Amino acid sequence: MAKEKEERQPAPPIGTWAPALALSWLIPGGGHFLLKKTGRGTLLLLSITSMFVCGLMMRGAMFQPASGDLLTILINTGGFIADACSGILYLLTVWLGYNQPDMAGAVHDYGAKFLVTAGLLNVLAMVDAFEIAARRKD
Amino acid sequence: MPKMNLSHFEAAVLFSLFTSVVMGVVTKRTDSERVQYGIYTFVCFMVALFGLGWLMYFGHR
Repeated sequence: MAKEKEERQPAPPIGTWAPALALSWLIPGGGHFLLKKTGRGTLLLLSITSMFVCGLMMRGAMFQPASGDLLTILINTGGFIADACSGILYLLTVWLGYNQPDMAGAVHDYGAKFLVTAGLLNVLAMVDAFEIAARRKD
Repeated sequence: MPKMNLSHFEAAVLFSLFTSVVMGVVTKRTDSERVQYGIYTFVCFMVALFGLGWLMYFGHR
């Protein structure tokens, strides 16, 4: 009985979740708005945007993919992917010419971590939007 | 955009707040569970923040 419950559910058709997932990436909480979960979407939008803006105000550096030793590749490529997960916040920042060099200093370092974490939190929001769209949760 | 200069403590509290809200929103199934989990996560962050702070203080004595 328990095993039956643990069995993987069939993948839902892509049309049911792809728009919510894409909008969720582009606008933090956007997928929730599309799925009529306005309260949760608002909380996600406010939290993730505030985290990102705080990172910018602390002049955190954006990661760029870099080659070198394994740790350098992991940190820079992982950081770049996490930054890019912030969707429109990341795109606007790049388009508007934000180009903070990676400087020594605690506050710059906090800022870079805030920017990365905003992207990672948006990944959580995307997963949640997917689960709601796929009717795996309310 | 104005520059923000936060202490480590202030940055950690802000980080905890935003992260707890998102964790609360995305993890549970009912609103009361979400609120409880968000508060629980924030308290865990604070306990870790103060706990590690005191640990480092005594480690450096």
